[in-house]
Amino acid sequence: MNIQSTFELDKIDQRIIAATQEGLPLVSKPYETVAKMLGLPNDLVIERLEAMLQSGAIRRIGVVPNHYKLGFTANGMSVWDVDNELVDELGDTIGALEYVSHCYRRPRHLPLWPYNMFAMVHGRTRIEVEEKIEAIAKILGPASRQHNVLYSTKILKKTGVRLCGRSKD
Amino acid sequence: MQLTALEKKLVNQWQKGFPLARRPYAQIAESLQISEDEVFTTIKDLTDRGVLSRIGAVVRPNTAGASSLVAMQVPDKRLDEVAQIISEEPGVNHNYQRENKLNLWFVVTASDTRQLDQTLARIKDNTGCTPIKLPLKKAFHIDLGFSI
Repeated sequence: MNIQSTFELDKIDQRIIAATQEGLPLVSKPYETVAKMLGLPNDLVIERLEAMLQSGAIRRIGVVPNHYKLGFTANGMSVWDVDNELVDELGDTIGALEYVSHCYRRPRHLPLWPYNMFAMVHGRTRIEVEEKIEAIAKILGPASRQHNVLYSTKILKKTGVRLCGRSKD
Repeated sequence: MQLTALEKKLVNQWQKGFPLARRPYAQIAESLQISEDEVFTTIKDLTDRGVLSRIGAVVRPNTAGASSLVAMQVPDKRLDEVAQIISEEPGVNHNYQRENKLNLWFVVTASDTRQLDQTLARIKDNTGCTPIKLPLKKAFHIDLGFSI
């Protein structure tokens, strides 16, 4: 998936995202409530969400679990220094692993930061996370020159993706 | 936290494909062959207990505006103070302390790259620490939820 691809979101789409990004209202007809809030026809909210799901602007609509509450308290950000020639192909393999929730290529920042691939690994314990990271290391083999795991020691702020610089109403 | 069989089912099976229908809970209820009320109250209870952080759309990064992961090297003694300043920025939506020389990690979102850089310049001025921008170049995996 390439980030160059564009998603045309008009004002109505943006207002729907802004109104629902902190969650759908907990009522039996949530989309109608959103439509009423925004002064839009009832079915338009459903139609637009469907279209954004189709285009990929919205990845999914569903329940968003809090991993910490469910005991997945060891969240390890594994970072890898992978050969530039191989990183895209290997990234696809690592990103498809069941225990990897996010996998991205990012720029290095030498000399402080030699890593170009990030894979977020979740587990109940650090031992579990480390086993999974060992498995990733095996898959990457010599293509990865070095790697590291950064555990979060403290969540200081966590909210969903927000549209910035736009009013919420 | 222990989940009942129904709770587990709801958490595992409805991270994607939440019905885009007038009465979504009724549709879930139909597929599970229980009542709409049972589905709704269970989901509401999971939300109240914090097991679910929300029900809604997960938006693809960089769909609207600009965003970047940012790392910073902060002296240990100043970590709380600097983290506080950063968390107060409206465009910051994840802020984690991590075990590394680069010990503070956060995501900045803005309406465009110019505004993003302005936010980072302000963070640098206000904290005296240099933010390192590590923007997404390629996503290898579409976040399709997480099995518990």
